[in-house]
Order: sequence, then structure tokens, then C-alpha cells
Amino acid sequence: MKFGVVVFPGSNCDHDTFFALKEVLHQETVFLWHKDHDLHGVDCVVLPGGFSYGDYLRAGAIARFSPLMQEVREFAEGGGRVLGICNGFQVLLELGLLPGAMLRNKNLKFLCQFVRLRVENRDTQFTRRVRSGQLLRLPIAHYDGQYFAPPETLKGLEEHGQVVLRYVNEKGEPTVEANVNGSADNIAGLINRAGNVLGLMPHPERASEARLGSEDGRLIFESLIQP
Amino acid sequence: MRVRVLVSFKESVLDPQGQTVKNALLTLGYGFVTDVRQGKVFELEIDGLTEEQARQAIPEIADKVLANPIIEKFTWEILTEAKQA
Repeated sequence: MKFGVVVFPGSNCDHDTFFALKEVLHQETVFLWHKDHDLHGVDCVVLPGGFSYGDYLRAGAIARFSPLMQEVREFAEGGGRVLGICNGFQVLLELGLLPGAMLRNKNLKFLCQFVRLRVENRDTQFTRRVRSGQLLRLPIAHYDGQYFAPPETLKGLEEHGQVVLRYVNEKGEPTVEANVNGSADNIAGLINRAGNVLGLMPHPERASEARLGSEDGRLIFESLIQP
Repeated sequence: MRVRVLVSFKESVLDPQGQTVKNALLTLGYGFVTDVRQGKVFELEIDGLTEEQARQAIPEIADKVLANPIIEKFTWEILTEAKQA
């Protein structure tokens, strides 16, 4: 499978993501420069974490207008798989490929820590390798991760199984305490209705080897790679 | 012509930064401040448009780029009148 990792000015998880895909998971992987108009025939586009354009205006707001994003939008609308991690998730929201928006974390702190996540929908191309009842332990690192959407949008997300990941405690319960950034309904990851675009705040690439403290992030990539 | 656009959170969206500022004001004894909403100000210098054209273009720019309509609302005003050609 061929992955393309998009590089914006200010991306800072692009090399980590490239390393995880190429060196850990042994997949063909290329960088895609945001000013290009060419996806180089990739099977999956990854929008990595970081601070594209310094988060000026709003997180992900300027990256959305990068030339390559036109191709990414067409790719996604044609069924191509797109994975947005952290800042990549914010870009997908600004692009309108996923519904809702991000607000500053409720406690106004930059959060850099491991969180526990419950996989609410294992019937997706991004989560099919997760076992029933398995909780994931992944790191987060963000300032603007409080997911917001109007009540009618949240209802629609629930009805269509679009909420893929929720912040939970060690027992797997979506409590207020476990909801570190104050997201609506503890939402940490979302998929579009067609099931080919996933955005998540946690960083699977930072948890793809045991020496990094967790290998749970591999499950997301392995789900994609699985034939 | 100079245009000022004000962007702030919708009433339905919690503004934790505004709340923090309000709490600081309370601590300082300004208890008469019952709410604070924090926002952003943009001042745009506009050239080559008539005022009528500008009145069409500005809300478009604000809606498309300056504000995220899911969480934010905006108001705008022209600060100086367009020069007559």
C-alpha cells in the first residue's frame, strides 16, 4: 500500500508518521508537498500533526487553502482514504470533509499526555484490527482539541456510527474526568458517512513501537494496510 | 477604504478565555462585569472596489475565511468612505 504524508509549513509530525509507515510497517511512503498538485498515485493520504501555518487565524484554517488540498478533497470525494491526525483532523474540519470545529481545550492548557480511548466503531477501514472491548492507549499533544458541533450534528454523528473514538477512563467509561480537553460527548475521533475519511486528535504514529510506551497506534495503520 | 471585521464566538459556544478574563476582573473587584466574550479584530485595507462592491465582498470574506461559521459570528463596518474616482 502506498501512503502519502502531506507536508505543510509548520507540520512537525510528518517525519514521525513517515518513519512509522515506512520503517515500522514497511509500506511504500512518500512526502507530498502542500504546494504541489500531484498525489503521486498514493492509496492513502495522511495529514500529519503539527502547527501548519503556525495555527494562525485558527488551527488548520490556512492549510485548508493550500494548493494540494484541492486534490485531497477530490481524492476523498472519490472514495480515497484520508487520515487526519491532530492538526490533520483540524484541517479536515476546516475543509468541511468532517463536520464540526475545534475549540481551545476547556482548561486552557496545552495537553501532552497519554489518554485511553474506546473504539466505538470497529467496522471501519481504520479500526477493523481492534479487538472487541479493547481500549487504546495513545498520546495526545494539542491546545485546540475541544471538539464542538451543534446538537443536531452530534445526533447525526451518533446515528450513523461516525463517532469512532471516545476519551474514557481505565474502565472504559466516558467520564467527565477522562474527557481531558472538554470535547462534546468525549469525542476523540470521527469518520465521514462514506467511511473513507478519519480524523483523530491522538497520535497513532507516536505509539507504533513498544519502546515508545505503546504499540496501539499500529492498529490504526494495520487496519488500513490489511487487504 | 478601511474595514474592520469583529469575530467572536456564538452565544451557544463556551468561551473559556472570556470566562478566565471575567474571573480575573471579579478577583480585582470589578464585580459589575457579568460576562466577557473574547474575539478577534481584523482591519482590512481595500482598494479598487466601490463601496457597494465592498459591501458584497466583505461578508463573503468573513464567512469563508476570517470566521468559522460553526463556532463564530462576525460584524463589520467601513471605517473610511471609498474615494470617489
